Amino acid sequence: MSSSSDDAIVFRNVTLAYDHYPAVQHVSGSFSRGSLTAIVGPNGSGKSTLLKGMLGLLRPVEGLIEHQDISRSGIAYLPQQTEIERRFPISVIDTVLLGLWRRIGWARAATRQCREAAQQALAAVGLEGLERRRVETLSAGQFQRVLFARLMAQDAKLILLDEPFSAVDWRTSDQLLRLIASWHREGRTVAAVLHDLDQVRAYFPDALLLSRECVAWGPTREVLVPHNLRRARQMLESWSTEAEDNRRVAALGGTPHLDPLPANGEREGSV
Amino acid sequence: MTPYEFALSPFVEFGFMRRGLVGCLAIALGCGPIGTILVLRRMSLMGDALSHAVLPGAALGFIFAGLWLPAMTLGGVAAGLAVALLSGLVTRLTPLREDASFAAFYLISLALGVLLVSTHGSNVDLLHLLFGSILAIDDTALVLIGVIATLTLLGLAVIYRPLVVECFDPGFLRAVGGRGGLVHTLFLVLVVFNLVAAFQVLGTLMAVGLMMLPAAAARFWVRELSSLSATSSGVAVASGFLGLLLSYHLDLPSGPAIVLVAGLAYLASVLFGPRDSLRTLYLQHGRREA
Repeated sequence: MSSSSDDAIVFRNVTLAYDHYPAVQHVSGSFSRGSLTAIVGPNGSGKSTLLKGMLGLLRPVEGLIEHQDISRSGIAYLPQQTEIERRFPISVIDTVLLGLWRRIGWARAATRQCREAAQQALAAVGLEGLERRRVETLSAGQFQRVLFARLMAQDAKLILLDEPFSAVDWRTSDQLLRLIASWHREGRTVAAVLHDLDQVRAYFPDALLLSRECVAWGPTREVLVPHNLRRARQMLESWSTEAEDNRRVAALGGTPHLDPLPANGEREGSV
Repeated sequence: MTPYEFALSPFVEFGFMRRGLVGCLAIALGCGPIGTILVLRRMSLMGDALSHAVLPGAALGFIFAGLWLPAMTLGGVAAGLAVALLSGLVTRLTPLREDASFAAFYLISLALGVLLVSTHGSNVDLLHLLFGSILAIDDTALVLIGVIATLTLLGLAVIYRPLVVECFDPGFLRAVGGRGGLVHTLFLVLVVFNLVAAFQVLGTLMAVGLMMLPAAAARFWVRELSSLSATSSGVAVASGFLGLLLSYHLDLPSGPAIVLVAGLAYLASVLFGPRDSLRTLYLQHGRREA
């Protein structure tokens, strides 16, 4: 396929693997500049893996991921919370200021401008007044808002979110979804791994349905149709003979392909 | 015995006591922040492993130069860094986790050290290396400890921000290209330096004592990173002072005396500290319910 200058990221027949076990295979397509795309699919379909590929944390074993005029450090990325040490004594405002890493780096001072940017981001997520609180005293929902504020401070052209609402209540996810919509209006390119198909239909113009391979990629109303969703489930089931191998890889300390929840344990409205 | 006779006259009368005290002060300045970060990163036992890893290098220095500190120090630094870097390499290249590779290399290192000392020296020498000796703190050693403390504080100042991020959210640091691996390595180098400084006074077996115990105790008194570091340094200095006095008056070996005082400070903090101690968690809670 050909790429146009309107594309932010182009996938050309991309296969990503952990330890020789492919997690995503033969994905081709592109995220166009300023698009707002939901990445959906059953558990273990390679959604997080795809993000890691876009970030350059995982190199394709086959194919090519092309970034158009976006450097790796120009991508803002919100991972699933697992790696964050929540009990580390760091204040809310300092956490948000980290979003300005490209400006302050190892040793440059955080200027008044930086602080104002951080304050504004905190206000946007509805946490003004909590600047001096330590993050360990926050609720899960508040903490996720802090991470969103840090993301905003990064002021990135491309924003990648990995299951940003898995640990928050509906009020928080509602507000954060509206924030994401505002990023879209500002012309940023956003891709988010999500489970709740109602959220996707309400807020995301584009969707990428993944089941190790790309099932469908395009306007959400054309992608999230019963036929595609059924196919996605069936494709993953046909992989299930290899699930045992995957679990073995996970036990050895590799990153697991399978989410802890079984695919059939998801709530209604999900894939 | 007057308070003066108890607390001051040993230091006034004896040069080795003064040098011991200054040594403890310098060690405490470096070990406070280093130990705090080790505790926050859940790497307490890695500090322990590294402290044992220092032994064969110190032993080699001892075999070639006798109880001459610069040689033992150089050897100790080399052995400690070798274990830290090799463990890091194995962690990076294989699925084995960092704690396991650390354990493997420190055991190899420790066995090698004991072997070297027992074939080339008398058992008294081994005890010297393992337990340290306050009498061995001459001016060279003091300068060395002072240099290490200075380097540690300067080094921490340079890597402070990325180190904090590496502890709090290593994935983020990776994503913004903040050189987390480099920061981690530099930090381990500082840990090794401080262990080598501490083993002059406390011996390789207990060098980690002034690093971990005060830091673990401080956790029950304050919350912020800066106050945690300052409190652990304070507890370490006080432990050094009291430990030296105990060892002087009761004729005890100085290393274990100092570490035991730090241990008492830790136990007291667990029981009675103002934050999250057993007293605040259970006693006051019970009173509120009653």
